[in-house]
Amino acid sequence: MKKIEDEIKFDHNGDGIDRRGFLKCMAWAGTGTLCVMKGGVMKSFSLSRLGELDPAAAAGELSFVQISDSHMGFNKPANPDVIGTLKAAIEKINALPGNPEFLLHTGDITHLSKPEEFDNVQQILRGAKVKESFYVPGEHDVAIDEGKEFLERYGKGTKGAGWHSFDKNGVHFVGLVNVVNLKAGGLGTLGHEQLEWLEDDLKAKKSSTPIVVFAHIPLWSVYPEWGWGTEDAAQALSYLKKFGSVTVLNGHIHQTMQKVEGNITFHTAASTAFPQPAPGKADSPGPMKVPAEQLRSVLGVTSVNFVRGQKALAVVDSNLA
Amino acid sequence: MKIALRILGTSIFLVGGFGQLAGLRARTHAAPLPQQMAHEMTSEVKIDNFSFSPATLQIKAGTKVTWTNADDIPHTVVSDDKIFKSKALDTDEKFSFTFDKPGTYPYFCSLHPKMTAKVVVQ
Repeated sequence: MKKIEDEIKFDHNGDGIDRRGFLKCMAWAGTGTLCVMKGGVMKSFSLSRLGELDPAAAAGELSFVQISDSHMGFNKPANPDVIGTLKAAIEKINALPGNPEFLLHTGDITHLSKPEEFDNVQQILRGAKVKESFYVPGEHDVAIDEGKEFLERYGKGTKGAGWHSFDKNGVHFVGLVNVVNLKAGGLGTLGHEQLEWLEDDLKAKKSSTPIVVFAHIPLWSVYPEWGWGTEDAAQALSYLKKFGSVTVLNGHIHQTMQKVEGNITFHTAASTAFPQPAPGKADSPGPMKVPAEQLRSVLGVTSVNFVRGQKALAVVDSNLA
Repeated sequence: MKIALRILGTSIFLVGGFGQLAGLRARTHAAPLPQQMAHEMTSEVKIDNFSFSPATLQIKAGTKVTWTNADDIPHTVVSDDKIFKSKALDTDEKFSFTFDKPGTYPYFCSLHPKMTAKVVVQ
């Protein structure tokens, strides 16, 4: 059995999640993340812990939400109702104090890139009380047509396979695509063309500009054995070194994790559809099945009950049922 | 149409010896027999737990290989050299390709590129 590091030292975002919590209690579930930019530094709050959210702490220059991996069209035992759980996630967003500015979807919007799957997501997300939504594709969104359907819907104003950048309240956002032209035996890939574009895009930005990068597959090596990493991420991250505050938001692994490396904070979001096992804790990264009667009560619950130092974090039950 | 069926029937009759072998195979659920007529040669690859099995498939030229996805997650079967390429296979969906020329054919899942395997054709 592979030995994996089972804890991180930080819970600096105060959302009560770290590796140890995960591996101990499989607290993989969640519906989304509220991100608040304050003084140029991003804080994130799990929507599953909404009840504990201090409105003052969640106030800032800019707030937005991240959801991920809705896998519309998935109908296997791990979650036969991905429509229902996505709707529940939207309800959580709409219950937030103060409307988030916009929504980021970090890919695997659909399960099989089918037009009707995209339609379903679009219809459900129309119910979210946000002004705008931004998307990057996951590998499931480019599975049958190399991303044609995705680009027709979300590609306006983007380059290549859908990469793009925009500015909001002084924060520079960059959406990257690392799920196309994957090579045998490899990980996620950004590719030469996109890296050149990124270097150019960031060149004009002052080092004091807070940067948020979002992409589907993690840009840090979570678990390369399962393909949970990006081949040429180091190149991309080198362009981000000059900035004082960089946040990287990813999906793909269907569980929340955080890591801090120098000026960069990495986050992965939970899925709104089904959980996947912690790295190396199963034979493969396939969907984790829980008994049907438990599914709704576990999706959306962040049952983090770990103890770090003297500080015990409370268990919060906030389910989708 | 009837004539065509009759001819087909005759040809099956003529290879009766193999028909018996095929019958044996059906009863025992054994793996495909190595010594089969060209038009009967088939082989299977199972996609399960994010891997192809067998990881190396040895076949004779002319064999039709069928991949079946047993995972809850879609996978693809894509030749490294772009010789064959399946669509995204959902659970229980199949993809077949007939290998006419000897050689080694490495392939992978383009959605989960850590999944690699090869077909060796003699």
